[in-house]
Amino acid sequence: MGLLAELTHRCPLHCPYCSNPVELVQRADELDTVTWQRVFDEARELGVLQVHLSGGEPLARPDLPSLLAHASGLGCYTNLVTSGLGLTAPRLADLVDRGLDHVQLSVQDSDRLNANLIAGVKGFDRKLTAAALIKDAELALTVNAVLHKANLDHIGGIIALAEQMGADRLELANTQYYGWALRNRAALLPTRSQLAAALPVVQAAQQRLAGQMEIVYVVADYHEANPKPCMYGWGSRQLTVSPNGDVLPCPAASVITSLPVQNVQRSSLSEIWYDSPTFNAYRGTSWMQEPCLSCPRKEIDFGGCRCQAFQLTGDAAATDPVCTLSPDHGLVQEILGTEITPSRPAFAMRRSV
Amino acid sequence: MTSLDSVPRVRRGVRCTYDKTRDSDVVLFPEGVLLLNETAAAVVLRCDGASSVGDIALALADEFDGVQPDDVIELVDRLVARRVVDVD
Ligand SMILES: C[S@@+](CC[C@H](N)C(=O)[O-])C[C@H]1O[C@@H](n2cnc3c(N)ncnc32)[C@H](O)[C@@H]1O
Ligand code: SF4
Ligand code: SF4
Repeated sequence: MGLLAELTHRCPLHCPYCSNPVELVQRADELDTVTWQRVFDEARELGVLQVHLSGGEPLARPDLPSLLAHASGLGCYTNLVTSGLGLTAPRLADLVDRGLDHVQLSVQDSDRLNANLIAGVKGFDRKLTAAALIKDAELALTVNAVLHKANLDHIGGIIALAEQMGADRLELANTQYYGWALRNRAALLPTRSQLAAALPVVQAAQQRLAGQMEIVYVVADYHEANPKPCMYGWGSRQLTVSPNGDVLPCPAASVITSLPVQNVQRSSLSEIWYDSPTFNAYRGTSWMQEPCLSCPRKEIDFGGCRCQAFQLTGDAAATDPVCTLSPDHGLVQEILGTEITPSRPAFAMRRSV
Repeated sequence: MTSLDSVPRVRRGVRCTYDKTRDSDVVLFPEGVLLLNETAAAVVLRCDGASSVGDIALALADEFDGVQPDDVIELVDRLVARRVVDVD
């Protein structure tokens, strides 16, 4: 089982594709060190073996070393999910000493100027430095690039950048439309021809780099006939704790306002995991409606994304409208038809209000 | 393809440990967990980038009854497929 620990929503970058909620948790509402450590204890008791330290920017938490040491001391595999800004040689050496196993570094583009425009800050060169530090420390490195209209045409360059950084893995993930990305959807949605041009480039690189750098390509699901699966199933192998201690089945699930909010300040993780209405709402398949209920794919995609179903139809138990069998599929077609325009609207940059 | 001369090595970023909740040896990597039986754990432990599959098979024959070199080759193949080890 995996825990995504969103330690903070503070971040030096302003990515318009960020999946964090538009209403970011403020610093004053963040869990303190001791509470996070208790959360890790409870997660370990539940069977969690993977701890992803993410955010926002996890390096913005001064207590990151002691949080990481705690998770690692419990026997968990620790993954730092970072923009790389704020990573220095001494900080990294300290984290390695305390048991850091893996780093996932995000990049915005291979083109310096465009990368800095997307990030809303001059971060490109600092990411190159961060990657070099990670390699010097002989850590395993995954590079993550979120793809959209403004960088898909550079996919070959992004692959080359990951190679240059010495990545063991590269995740090329088309944008998922939650939080800031949903707000910026019209500026992010790629054209069909962009996607069609990118795919063979990815496939050729996957072949060329087999055994050397694994490339995981996450398709653009609005453009697909089948929805992306809801993780490994709702409340099955993953949980997310947000900076203020809210516990969610997935990082996007705060959008489902019809579900009660669970928080580590009020209940233990195991009460929340086993007994809460939120985690039980969409477990298994009995909550499903048609066409999912009698569909052979229901154990494969679990009816698609609950958050997307709620966002687009107002009913979190509906079939994900991305599915061509969904009675609401017209909504997605309409979005693709009206929002994809030759010019690109300006980005609303991610920031706290 | 893995042979008796292949030299497997546990990949960077893969951690082998014992999980008391599951009462099993496990290998951990960013995307998941693999539970190991006793033989598999003994093999992973010896994927040090120096010992060949043949060496490992020999060492294991002392420890476990009935472990054949072909079993070790097959196991290493599966570990390669799961990106737990790579072979030179
Ligand atoms: C929200 S970020 C937080 C960690 C850190 N600030 C970073 O960007 O790496 C976590 C991961 O999600 C990815 N990500 C962000 N927004 C996304 C979106 N809309 N769709 C898919 N992945 C996204 C990021 O690239 C990063 O790898
Ligand atoms: S995706 Fe960008 S804005 Fe969002 S948390 Fe990561 S670096 Fe910050
Ligand atoms: S009908 Fe439901 S289960 Fe079947 S493919 Fe569509 S979303 Fe998946």
